[in-house]
Amino acid sequence: MTDTAPLAAQGAGIGRSGRVALWARGFSHALLPVVTVVAALLAIWYLACIPMNASNSVLQAARADVAVSPESASDRRGMSGLALAVRNPGVAVAGAFDQDRARLPAPHQVAAELWAGTVGEPVTSNRSLIWHGWVTLSATLLGFVFGTVLGIALAVGIVHSRVMDMSVMPWAIVSQTVPIIAIAPMIIVVLYSVGIQGIVPKAIISAYLSFFPVVVGMVKGLRSPNGMDLDLMATYGATKGQTFWKLRLPSSMPYLFASLKIGIAASLIGAIVGELPTGASAGLGARLLAGSYYGQTEQIWAALFAAAILAALCVGLLGVIERALLGRMGMTT
Amino acid sequence: MTLVIFAFVLWAAAWALNAQLANGPGRNGAVTRLAVPLIFGATLLGMWELIVRGLDVPMVILPAPSVIAETFVARFGTLWEDFVQTFLKGALSGYVIGCLAAVGVAIVADRFAFLRRGLLPVGNFMAALPIVGTAPILVMWFGFDWESKAAVVVVMVFFPMLVNTVAGLADTGAMQRDLMRTYGASYWQGLVKLRLPAAMPFIFNGLKISTTLALIGAIVAEFFGSPIRGVGFRISTSVGQLALDMVWAEIVVAALAGTLFYGAITALETRVTFWHPSHRS
Repeated sequence: MTDTAPLAAQGAGIGRSGRVALWARGFSHALLPVVTVVAALLAIWYLACIPMNASNSVLQAARADVAVSPESASDRRGMSGLALAVRNPGVAVAGAFDQDRARLPAPHQVAAELWAGTVGEPVTSNRSLIWHGWVTLSATLLGFVFGTVLGIALAVGIVHSRVMDMSVMPWAIVSQTVPIIAIAPMIIVVLYSVGIQGIVPKAIISAYLSFFPVVVGMVKGLRSPNGMDLDLMATYGATKGQTFWKLRLPSSMPYLFASLKIGIAASLIGAIVGELPTGASAGLGARLLAGSYYGQTEQIWAALFAAAILAALCVGLLGVIERALLGRMGMTT
Repeated sequence: MTLVIFAFVLWAAAWALNAQLANGPGRNGAVTRLAVPLIFGATLLGMWELIVRGLDVPMVILPAPSVIAETFVARFGTLWEDFVQTFLKGALSGYVIGCLAAVGVAIVADRFAFLRRGLLPVGNFMAALPIVGTAPILVMWFGFDWESKAAVVVVMVFFPMLVNTVAGLADTGAMQRDLMRTYGASYWQGLVKLRLPAAMPFIFNGLKISTTLALIGAIVAEFFGSPIRGVGFRISTSVGQLALDMVWAEIVVAALAGTLFYGAITALETRVTFWHPSHRS
């Protein structure tokens, strides 16, 4: 959470306009290191494929009558992937990157699966990741909106009522230390037994996961105006409602967006976990579960990356809205 | 029906009592601060009990708190076994490994500015992702027992911890670092005597965020495969048998474990960062 906003953008004082300077600096200062780190991670991933998939590549090679280092399969069974890769470097490297159901699929295999699942399939197909992603995203968004609205309402109540503050707030804080996701399977099954299924149970899980961060963040935000500002409102003769709309609510916006970003990430996790217990047939969580049942590792990785992209898009979109809104309100972050 | 009406009477009475306490003469006393939330919590439990009994809500939808308490006592042995499996073996070992690894990487990243500028955005990005989705992959790699749960926890706590530690190590002022230089301090002396202590509030922030993440990771990973014990395993199988009293008992275990774990880290924090303004009263 940003408590203080910088007075001027970086580089604003050295002649160039802040934005141009940021771009000019940004490339060598920020982008290059990030690209290097991402490239290094990809390289590590490719390297890790060799020992991780070694036992399978050696097995395939032995079946194809290529000479491999421990001749008998029983000798090879006890060996680690790394030892096998060291003793059969050529075979292990050659077979590491294009296996079906590899223990660790190579990045390009995951990318190909992701491409096939998004562009290669019609959106209505149940093999389309876009369709599964939408199933998860719709539950996430529905729950997120409900959780946020309820959270803001409770925060407004807490700020204005001393009784609510003293009785509810400690529990809201304690609830953040509890892994509430453990309730998810029960909610799904109980609602199913009373005839409610589909999007609603997942949305309820998403809602309660995004609820508490919003309550805690908004209470902090609505209390952020300092005594001077509140006194000024009092000297203007502002009513409680006017103080709320013109002072408390605007100054809570940075806190609101910080907790919204946490809330949407938690909502998405809630929706994904909500798809696990009933063996749901649709959604990214269902893809993860089906992939782990049938050993379709590429499918798991593709679903994982789809979920990551979805989370990044949601958080990124909130970030764009935050910038636009706070920029118009004169609060730069 | 009378029980349901009584539940609402209880609610009104408790709320009136709390309003009295919160606006009364001892409104800022420590006793009031403790009593008001406790009364509120007890009222909720009481209403739950009365409404469930009054409306005869079936066990498979919502068991009454008294039934959950009975199950908790009667099956304490099983619950303890699950606690050991999920918390002590899975979550705690993963937590320790993940946090140590993150602090180690953060110290390296702090030494090399290039690495820090590259790792920090990537770490921030990763911290927002649904990392718990790696659970099926890690269960496939490390087997069904607690090792795979610990691995999920390591991945989950790593990035929030990394981001916080890197931010903390950068939190010293130029004056303080200049002072260390005038003392002729080496890099390691500067790290151990100035920057690590200064980073402690941030490190503890990361540690506190990670306590909840560790439990979530350990529990959710058990949904993807587990030996026949563990909190997540028991929850998913008991839900299948509609033994909701057992599910609630496990939720109580998870809640207690989470709260106590968080409390322990907070207690440690007040001892280590006693010098920080937020702990000086």
